[in-house]
Amino acid sequence: MSLTGTSIGASFEDDPEFAAAEGEETAKIEGRSTWQLAWARLKRDRAAVISFVIIVLIVLMAIFAPLVATITGHGVNQQFRTTGLNTFGLPVAPGKTFWLGTDDLGRDILVRVAYGARISLEVGVLATLITVAIGAALGLAAGYLGGLVDTVIARLVDLILSLPYLLFAISLVSISKPGMKIVIIVIALFGWAAVARIVRGQVLSIREKEYIEAARSLGASSWRIMLVDILPNVTAQLIVYATLLIPVSIVAEASLSFLGLGIPPPTADWGQMLAEAETIYQQAWWFLVFPGLALLITTLAFNILGDGVRDALDPRFDRL
Amino acid sequence: MTTESILSLTDVVKHFPVQSGGVRRSRDVVHAVDGVSLDVRRGETLGLVGETGCGKSTLARCVTRLFDLTSGRVEFEGRDISRLKARQLRPLRREMQMIFQDPYGSLNPKRRVGSIIGDPFAIHGLASGAERKRKVQEVMELVGLNPEHFNRFPAEFSGGQRQRIGVARAIALKPKLIVCDEPVSALDVSIQAQVLNLLSDLQKQLGLTYIFISHDLSVVRHVSDRVALMYLGKIVELSPSEALYEHPRHPYANALLSAVPRPDPRAAATRERIILVGDVPSPIHPPSGCRFHPRCPKAQQRCSDEEPLLVARDGDEATHATACHFPVDSPEELAGTWVAASADADVVGAAAVDDVGVTPPTELTERGRI
Amino acid sequence: MIRFLIRRILLGIFVMWMVTVMVFGIFFVGPGPGDVARRIAGKDATPQTVQLIMERLHLNQSLFVQYWDFVKQLVWHHNLGYSYYHQEPVSTVLKAAFPITFSLAIGSAVIWLVLGVFSGVVSAVRRGSIWDRLATILALFFYSMPTFVLGLLLLYAFSYQFALHGIHLFPGQGYVYFTASPVKWFESLVLPWITLALISAATYTRLTRGSLLEVLGEDYIRTARSKGLTERRVIYRHGLRSALTPVVSQFGIDVGTLLGGAIITEQVFGMPGLGYTAVNSIEQQDLPVIIGIVIIATAAVVVANIVVDLLYAVLDPRVRLH
Repeated sequence: MSLTGTSIGASFEDDPEFAAAEGEETAKIEGRSTWQLAWARLKRDRAAVISFVIIVLIVLMAIFAPLVATITGHGVNQQFRTTGLNTFGLPVAPGKTFWLGTDDLGRDILVRVAYGARISLEVGVLATLITVAIGAALGLAAGYLGGLVDTVIARLVDLILSLPYLLFAISLVSISKPGMKIVIIVIALFGWAAVARIVRGQVLSIREKEYIEAARSLGASSWRIMLVDILPNVTAQLIVYATLLIPVSIVAEASLSFLGLGIPPPTADWGQMLAEAETIYQQAWWFLVFPGLALLITTLAFNILGDGVRDALDPRFDRL
Repeated sequence: MTTESILSLTDVVKHFPVQSGGVRRSRDVVHAVDGVSLDVRRGETLGLVGETGCGKSTLARCVTRLFDLTSGRVEFEGRDISRLKARQLRPLRREMQMIFQDPYGSLNPKRRVGSIIGDPFAIHGLASGAERKRKVQEVMELVGLNPEHFNRFPAEFSGGQRQRIGVARAIALKPKLIVCDEPVSALDVSIQAQVLNLLSDLQKQLGLTYIFISHDLSVVRHVSDRVALMYLGKIVELSPSEALYEHPRHPYANALLSAVPRPDPRAAATRERIILVGDVPSPIHPPSGCRFHPRCPKAQQRCSDEEPLLVARDGDEATHATACHFPVDSPEELAGTWVAASADADVVGAAAVDDVGVTPPTELTERGRI
Repeated sequence: MIRFLIRRILLGIFVMWMVTVMVFGIFFVGPGPGDVARRIAGKDATPQTVQLIMERLHLNQSLFVQYWDFVKQLVWHHNLGYSYYHQEPVSTVLKAAFPITFSLAIGSAVIWLVLGVFSGVVSAVRRGSIWDRLATILALFFYSMPTFVLGLLLLYAFSYQFALHGIHLFPGQGYVYFTASPVKWFESLVLPWITLALISAATYTRLTRGSLLEVLGEDYIRTARSKGLTERRVIYRHGLRSALTPVVSQFGIDVGTLLGGAIITEQVFGMPGLGYTAVNSIEQQDLPVIIGIVIIATAAVVVANIVVDLLYAVLDPRVRLH
């Protein structure tokens, strides 16, 4: 679980779009911040906008999953052994009753996919938030405070980054009570190190800037400097990283569930559905295709959005 | 130290360990500041000049305690602040401030100008909310900025305006002493004049004391009451401004001043340009005795044996101190005694000598403290 | 250089030691000695076996003694222990599993490196063209695809569907040793190779493209062009050399990681390599095997990192090893 680090230069002052701000003659004169400019750029990126819409749709599907169950009349864990399985006891193909077909236990795949979105999104977003929060905090501390704090954190980061992640993740899950909590913990436990390393690197270079020296000469405490002066210069990169970390977390959770070590049955989870499909997909391609497609589309949408966010926050005109 | 002195430095020494890639390779040190003593009088502007690497920026940071001293004493308003820790220093920061050189680097690009100028109030808990905004706008007006631009980002201002923002930040709490580290060096010449005038006006209005650091001799002459000339970590000449420019005693001062352009073409044509030979020696292994002796045309045995003290020499006022065994009586003494080196002799304003190759990189590692 | 090597090797050993401590901690501290014995013995063991294990492994003694025992065994006797689940010494289990992982890893590594770098270079050089767009989109597509989804889809399409139509090219699952039948060995590996390669290549396409574009924008490339060198020379001789350094770095890490077991792929294709064995062992709480695999996996990554750093020094004379 690693991302090739994205690099963002801080030369925001060179942005030609700033000339536009000068021409404004309004009573309330306010500059456009990085965020406002980035947002404008993002809106123009068609692929990113489409991905965003798709993500919104997926979120809606997750929120209204019970509604889907009500509409189809099939509960998420309800097994329809008569209508959902054919005479050979095999799943039923997509049709009028079961729009996306059934699984090996006669459950409605459409409803399960909808509920599965909940797990993926919850784990994806929560794990990412926790990972980035911990990684940023420790990276900031290590980079700015230096000394013993830096040595300890940096060594810890090196150690974690050299561990075989999946093996350890599986080991930890195996000795704990299976469920969403341990999966999130495991993802965050190994993920924060990469964030911390990137943040630390950035902080090390920001630390030498004159405006940091100015802050110290004003008497600002280390905490204040880290929070008010350094963090805003790191946030952009953090947001890009977080957006690209969400799909990684989603796939991580799905992989764990696929191995049978994630969310336990009978909860509807895409990874787990694919594990169940492994034995029966030859007779029931829909059992493989639809959860797989759901995973793929979700991951793809977040990746495209993430690329768009990165381009919006750090426009380098040599990127496609 | 008299009650007239707002700041008193006694044998201030600052050494940096020589590092490469964050690891100490040897026990060598960079002698950035090697025994500087001087008093700064209340209300004056003390110019501190010297070439790159002479230690003036380091000295500035020792004065404002952004660095720890290796040894020596710094007294501010009678208080010994040499060994104070960060927390004890904080209240002091209201009285002693700094203006930085780089208008593009000294302001956080991600923060609005009102927030930047409001920092002093926020940090010392003096005002908040609407009150703070009001005070910030007051200060903005004081330095000649439009208070309506409170919410703009530094990128939306020109270089001169950004420097004004830096000034605003420094005077926000009406300090007593301001150390200006090359405040106009990065600005266009026409803007320089504006900012210098601003500083001068503020000094009168607020009763400020300045330490004005620059490598530009003509600028320093214009603004300073007294001037201290530094070379390789030591002060080599200290005197009232006009006295230095009209009768420089130290050979080094003579060389620097000979390169300052003169407006009168005839005077410029007849003047002898004194060109120094060789490079500035490394501050890691400074020469023995008088540090200037390897390059000095008047050097004799005594110069490498015995370090000259900074005292008033025969024929000078008590206020004009020179650290030289054989001070120069008139510039004609030196003309024609040297072979022209490859130095660029036509550098405007600054010295005509080769630039120093060594800037202590380790200054950066020191900034992490405090 | 020697000093560098020694330092890195020592660091690597330290990491491996820490890793064993951590694994030990996870499995011993987590449950408790009685539980551990039971788990080591396996889920179907008799109480006698459990008791035997408890005594043999000194499970009723302090944690430090147990760990010390383990280290002694490992270092002095080169004995990784015994797996009660497999009823074999751990080393035997690992020796059987390793070639599978090795074939899988190296085979797909070669494919993805060639594929990824090639498409990345083409993409960068012909930026904006149809090839570039195609490569970028495909890269994004496969980069987002989870391994097991692709694996299962490929199995469905090429193994099952083909079989339905009479083409028995790719076996559904399972592995055939090279020594048994080279042809069947190859057949059993094709789909897993493609799965791993396509997904990994996507990362390399993006990486190479981005890196090469950045390098081609540098001044020294402009100088090379203005010197009159052919575009081909400029790109391949001057540009690629520095552009490839991050790629090499990533490659080393990826191969090292993979040699510790391509867990998901092995699971999907039913190949009993290190990854598959690891998952099984964890489920069975077969600690000796787990530790053995973890050691190998960590060692692989450590060695890979060292090799990569050495290569860096060769490729980029600016890099000094300190």
